[in-house]
Amino acid sequence: MLIRLFALAALFAVITASAPASAGVFNPVTFMLDNGMQVVVVTNKRAPVVVHMVWYKVGSADDPAGRSGIAHFLEHLMFKGTPTVPDGEFSKIVARNGGNQNAFTNRDYTGYFQKIAKDRLELVMGLEADRMVNLVLDDAVVMSERKVILEERRSRTDNNPSALWSEQLSAARYLAHPYRIPVIGWAHEIAGLKTEDILAFYRRYYAPDNAVLVVAGDITAEELRPMASRTYGAVPAAGIAARMRPQEPPHRAARRVELRDERVRQAEWSRTHLAPSYNAGDSEHAYALQVLADLLGGGSTSRLYRSLVIDQKVAVSAGAWYGATNLYLSQFGLYGTPAPGVDLGQLEAAVEAEVAALLTEGVSDDEVARVTARMVRGAIYARESLGTAARIFGAALTSGITVADVEAWPDRIAAVTAAEVMAAARAVLKPETSVTGLLLPAEGN
Amino acid sequence: MNILNSVRLMVSSALAALALMIAAAVVSGPVFAVEVVRVISPGGIEAWLVEEHSIPILSLKAVFRDGAVLDPPGREGRAYMASGLLDEGGGAYDSQAFQGRLEDLAIHLSFDAGFDSFSVSLKTLSEYRDEAFEMLRLGLIEPRFDTEPVERIRAQIRVQLVRGAENPDRIASRTWYENAFPGHPYGRPVMGTEETLAALTVDDLRRFVAEQLALDRLVIGVVGDITPARLSTLLDSTFGSLPATGIARDTPYTAPQAKGRTVIIEREIPQSIVLFGHAGLKRDDPDFYAASVMNYILGGSGFTARPTDEIRVKRGLAYGVYSYLSPMDYAALFMGRVATENGSVAESLDIIRTEFARMRDFGVSEQELTDAKTYLTGSYPLRLDSNAKIARLLVGIQLEDLGIDYIDRRNEYIEAVSLDDISRVARRLLAPEDLEVVVVGKPENLEATN
Repeated sequence: MLIRLFALAALFAVITASAPASAGVFNPVTFMLDNGMQVVVVTNKRAPVVVHMVWYKVGSADDPAGRSGIAHFLEHLMFKGTPTVPDGEFSKIVARNGGNQNAFTNRDYTGYFQKIAKDRLELVMGLEADRMVNLVLDDAVVMSERKVILEERRSRTDNNPSALWSEQLSAARYLAHPYRIPVIGWAHEIAGLKTEDILAFYRRYYAPDNAVLVVAGDITAEELRPMASRTYGAVPAAGIAARMRPQEPPHRAARRVELRDERVRQAEWSRTHLAPSYNAGDSEHAYALQVLADLLGGGSTSRLYRSLVIDQKVAVSAGAWYGATNLYLSQFGLYGTPAPGVDLGQLEAAVEAEVAALLTEGVSDDEVARVTARMVRGAIYARESLGTAARIFGAALTSGITVADVEAWPDRIAAVTAAEVMAAARAVLKPETSVTGLLLPAEGN
Repeated sequence: MNILNSVRLMVSSALAALALMIAAAVVSGPVFAVEVVRVISPGGIEAWLVEEHSIPILSLKAVFRDGAVLDPPGREGRAYMASGLLDEGGGAYDSQAFQGRLEDLAIHLSFDAGFDSFSVSLKTLSEYRDEAFEMLRLGLIEPRFDTEPVERIRAQIRVQLVRGAENPDRIASRTWYENAFPGHPYGRPVMGTEETLAALTVDDLRRFVAEQLALDRLVIGVVGDITPARLSTLLDSTFGSLPATGIARDTPYTAPQAKGRTVIIEREIPQSIVLFGHAGLKRDDPDFYAASVMNYILGGSGFTARPTDEIRVKRGLAYGVYSYLSPMDYAALFMGRVATENGSVAESLDIIRTEFARMRDFGVSEQELTDAKTYLTGSYPLRLDSNAKIARLLVGIQLEDLGIDYIDRRNEYIEAVSLDDISRVARRLLAPEDLEVVVVGKPENLEATN
């Protein structure tokens, strides 16, 4: 199971706030166990239920060169058993206790979670602490699961030309950084992964000092602390070093990626620009870029939608997006689906004209104020379900963002000015950092 | 804004008792107090309400019974197109003004059409509650259907149809329902076809509103920061001017044509999508709960499901395989899906038929039944963790006439299921030889039946 970058970007952009500003968003309590495991508690007593999540600061971008897919493969294998919990029992125990569970892998993190009755919390904490260091794997289990993962890859990617296109776009987006490699891995590399590859990765990265525990629901920090000490606290720290990944060189040339596939009936257009994140690059632009994405292409009253879809009728949909939560450099994206009879060149020209108008004519204070007000206003919905708070803190703390950053989100969005939006737009919307994607039917179709 | 989740499907046949797992015996499940209040407005409009004042927001779900089943012949896609247009202008607000107001006030308003229902979802901050209900009223009662949004939404649906024509799951689903329901509304596409979409006019859309958005088929659920008195007033002001009755709800109840056929739709893809199914049970069937428990063990939400064990865990043939009960208003289905590489389709289907037969002939063990019950009862309250989810549930309970105390009683129904009930319902329900199979891909060693 994977989290797509885009989904997470949207999650963080939409969710991380509450009104009134300055009141804090989720008002969590945080503490650190002696072994270096960070803990975040978000108390919400609406129901006697908790969401329990463990996030590891390791993702697909930490896969060794030539062996892509390990982080995700390991996520599957984490359900395969330990000396005290045999293969498959983890899931059965959670189910017998009325719990739901899931796991996910992204480029910067890997997460495991259960949603369960409050009085079962320590049970799942014990299970999760156990498999943090006691996983047992053999070749039979690994080879069988490898086939499952290749099927998962076929489902998610190979069967779907649009997903293949996205994969090629990411590979062109980053010149050196491993964000260029798909989370699930390249099929030929997955097919060569061995049990010892997985175990080496597991031993290197799975440890309490490389993990974040997030619990949201009917629990206080005072109640959680002794449970966390008894379970995770018993696992020794491993002295995990900071992640070292190849960095991007300067981007000097606009790139174009055209994918033609006989399965495609509907053409699509996209362009991304290399962009800072909260944690990397000129991160002072991150909040302004969120506002820019919304203003330029966040909904049906945005500039791109109004101009391309409603006025010019060259597109049936058009918009912009931006992901701020990456550990490393992110991207700012523009996209459009052409109207019948319109070719991608016309659509591209119309998007470029809209961007050029923004860069030359600027944005008004009123336009920015309207967008920031509704972003802050809508963020209260993030408090509605337990899982949302837990996911936000997990993603933040494994991506170089602090609890204080999350809590300050509404204030920082509210403070964004028109001048900052323009400075961010000028810094990011440069031709030489762009990757333009075209998805087209096969030649002759 | 959801993270893309897929339930992890993991199984083991090992059944060792574990020192660590003493707590894993029997679960009572968390006590979850959900107090449902029936609110009836002075104008006679009913809504079910769960008050939740901890966060100043609320969710409303409203459903009109019957959706695309009432699309007139040749006008398939009418309800679906209307669902795209009721938030595209109403009253004095043209499309841009309407959408701009929703965005500025952070009001989430959307409409959706399925075969059996036309639904409204509304989410608002308490601060803009009156404005939100007014926007909903304008959408329902005074939709504008201006030319620009009508043509824009038509073009967007056309793109959805074009994309659907290349999507293996959509192709499989469309083919399955066409074959199972010839001559019945369920055999027609909810979204219409390119031809019917092109033929739909503003008059058709207005007719939809007049014929199908009526009080005699409306159910409402509300959860959040509102009192019964305030809701009562808003019900009248929002829904009060809807017509009392709409057109006849005359869709015939039918049985799916399930005759054990295998249909192959050839596509150049490495993995085949396989949809299979046959007749199921009505929601009000006395055996429905037994069937739900049986399905959990046969192919339900995952980790204890038998075909998952055989297909995914033991053989590594597929990422996911599952089955589900689908009690629609005018037919009952038991459906399933597997996706596997072209070379493994035949083997996977054999395993599925074998597992159906094994369940039909031998039922389940005491341990399997106990485990299924503890999961199904223990996890039920986990579904009730957001206003929107509870509002959806309140509407579902009303649509199926399950009673206002259903949330409290549901686990009793599950607990009451016995081994004999499972055996009986498995024999009644499961007919592997009848399974209608649609495969989209290039399956190897698999014969289509004509």
